[in-house]
Amino acid sequence: MSLVIHNLHARVVGGQEILRGLNLEIQKGRVHAIMGPNGSGKSTLSKVISGHPDYEVTAGEVLLDGVNILGLEPDARARAGLFLAFQYPVEIPGVSNANFIRAALQARLGEGEELDAVDYYGDLYKEMDKLEIPRAFTARSVNEGFSGGEKKRNEVLQMAMLKPSYAILDETDSGLDIDALKIVAAGVNAQRGPGIGMLVITHYQRLLDYITPDVVHVLVGGRIVHTAGPELAYELEAKGYDWIREELAESASA
Amino acid sequence: MSTEVISQIDVDRTRGDFHYPEQHTFDAGTGLSHATIDYISDVKNEPDWIREFRHKALDVFLSKPMPTNWASKDLENIVFENIRYYLANAQRPTRSWDEVPDDVKRTFERLGIPEQERKFLAGVEAQFDSEAVYSNMKKALGDEGVIFVGSTDGLRDHPEIFKKWFGRVIPTGDNKFSALNSAVFSGGSFIYVPPGVKVKHPLQAYFRINAENFGQFERTLIIADEGSEVMYMEGCTAPKFETATLHSAVVELVALKGAKIQYVTVQNWSANVFNLVTKRAVAHEEAEVKWIDCNIGSRLTMKYPGVILKGRKARGEVISIALANNGQHQDTGAKMIHAADETTSNVISKSISIGQGRATYRGQVHIPKHLKGCKNNTECDALLINSTSRTDTYPAITVRGLGNSVQHEASVSQVSAEQIFYMQQRGLTEAQAMSLSVNGFVNDLVREFPMEYSVELKRLIDLEMEGSVG
Ligand SMILES: Nc1ncnc2c1ncn2[C@@H]1O[C@H](COP(=O)(O)OP(=O)(O)OP(=O)(O)O)[C@@H](O)[C@H]1O
Ligand SMILES: [Mg+2]
Repeated sequence: MSLVIHNLHARVVGGQEILRGLNLEIQKGRVHAIMGPNGSGKSTLSKVISGHPDYEVTAGEVLLDGVNILGLEPDARARAGLFLAFQYPVEIPGVSNANFIRAALQARLGEGEELDAVDYYGDLYKEMDKLEIPRAFTARSVNEGFSGGEKKRNEVLQMAMLKPSYAILDETDSGLDIDALKIVAAGVNAQRGPGIGMLVITHYQRLLDYITPDVVHVLVGGRIVHTAGPELAYELEAKGYDWIREELAESASA
Repeated sequence: MSTEVISQIDVDRTRGDFHYPEQHTFDAGTGLSHATIDYISDVKNEPDWIREFRHKALDVFLSKPMPTNWASKDLENIVFENIRYYLANAQRPTRSWDEVPDDVKRTFERLGIPEQERKFLAGVEAQFDSEAVYSNMKKALGDEGVIFVGSTDGLRDHPEIFKKWFGRVIPTGDNKFSALNSAVFSGGSFIYVPPGVKVKHPLQAYFRINAENFGQFERTLIIADEGSEVMYMEGCTAPKFETATLHSAVVELVALKGAKIQYVTVQNWSANVFNLVTKRAVAHEEAEVKWIDCNIGSRLTMKYPGVILKGRKARGEVISIALANNGQHQDTGAKMIHAADETTSNVISKSISIGQGRATYRGQVHIPKHLKGCKNNTECDALLINSTSRTDTYPAITVRGLGNSVQHEASVSQVSAEQIFYMQQRGLTEAQAMSLSVNGFVNDLVREFPMEYSVELKRLIDLEMEGSVG
């Protein structure tokens, strides 16, 4: 059981290629981290996997538990178990957080099935408490006027409620203060388990102190160029990306 | 609990799209002439003053040009000669659903009207083509002196009140379509609420068009006497025909000193209906009139509910929601005519344009120079769903005099691809995502509605959005 990304090439529709033959396998039950310089294609990878209409896939496949999801609409991919915590969560005016999450859960039920309101609010409040999100946020419009950190917490709340089988967290740590980072990391850790594979995109080792990854990958120029254990994150923190670029240049010229 | 309500007051357009074979005992024939008017007056056995009123109105109608210079050219597609102006089986509605002819009864049952009546209404009038077929009110209200009947009955049974107010708020010559209505009007409600009586539950009228090539011209007159309160709700549907159907109503409200009238409309005509309606109220001293107007259906709607703020401290309000889908033009707005000191008016309009749909807001606020302490607030927000959608705003605000204040805000926003993607990533289909955005956009206004109607409105929006996404 895994999310397999095989030889993925993707570009902005009618524009430049951003992902250039990317290979990656995220196993259920494991946490993978991706690090990489700005503009290397990390967010693009997360959006291409989830079906953002700005991008077109020119080659390769993405298999979710063996099923190629590239032909599916974004919502079908989501209902198949894919979740993306956005680097920049979107504001939806007028739609309350509670109604939004409820509608998302309702969309996963069959025709004629109705979400039980009492159970729903019970679950919602429990997860909000874990993430120390005040109750007032249920009535506020989705992400509207939320601080950067509040938006990130709200992404993790949605993930907790929707219980995906594969989750991509795109810089969920950025914008969080130190206390919030601990709370959010605890929230993510609580969701770790055999039923979920996670891909955590981050720039900072700090997050990985709290959410210890099983594997760390480096993404440069639209490809995974290096894969190692958690110690790789420390190395990157200490040395930056130049040494990887140099290694790449050497292997290319060799 | 909410689903229960939905299934019972579900009047979406697909459900309204059915019709029974026509059988009309009274038929004024096709086309419009003075003979048509005599036919209607004869059938209704009307007094001479009304007959004359109708004939004069026809002349005014014929002499007035179509307002295509400022409104839509689509008006030219109305062929007045092809329309039937009066179709009915009887002139008197029954007070019991059991006495309503089977087909007609089945129509209203399919639309859920008798059920709503049992659940939350103080009275119901059901109009089928030109006449009310059913009209009833809780007995207690009758005992308090409340009158709630069809306009035909109102004219016959309460001439002293009827004649005093009829045509006083909206003169025949107000516009071409008010003249047309004045010539051939039939049906609509006549309501009188005596001083101090507060009608707790809403009175409802349901207007149903069944016949093809037909025009419905109901005439509603509501008088709330001093210190009284009433809420009136109207709904409407018609089957979708290939040919155009015309609906042209005139609604006059009179709120006497300290009275309160709320008038709620959920307009869901099929997409072949020209809906050209004139609605206006007079608010006397310290009276309050609130129009809550939702336009979801029709091909072209032109409707600008107004309040003439005639007495000191009178209040007028228009809350309007318009949804224009492909092939629809919702040309709506509000008129606030301040005619006394310390009068206040509030207009909040939200429109949604989908696909090639077009929404137009026309507002008129008039505060003359000699008045003091008047206030108007106008907000109009438009939401565009696609890049082909269209919205126009024409506010005309004439505020003179120093001690008066006016506030005007307008916004146009678009549902962004990023919002849709975000919602889809959470598992909502594109249509569900759109619905949620649209409902979010109108949410604060929908809260002003009686619960039963807000549920219905939400459901109608969902259906529109479902139909609009491929
Ligand atoms: N829709 C788009 N249109 C044009 N260029 C795009 C688009 N999406 C991504 N790009 C470009 O593709 C490259 C990769 O962007 P992406 O957002 O994936 O980087 P990233 O690795 O997530 O960077 P960061 O660490 O700064 O978040 C950038 O050069 C970016 O400008
Ligand atoms: Mg990024």
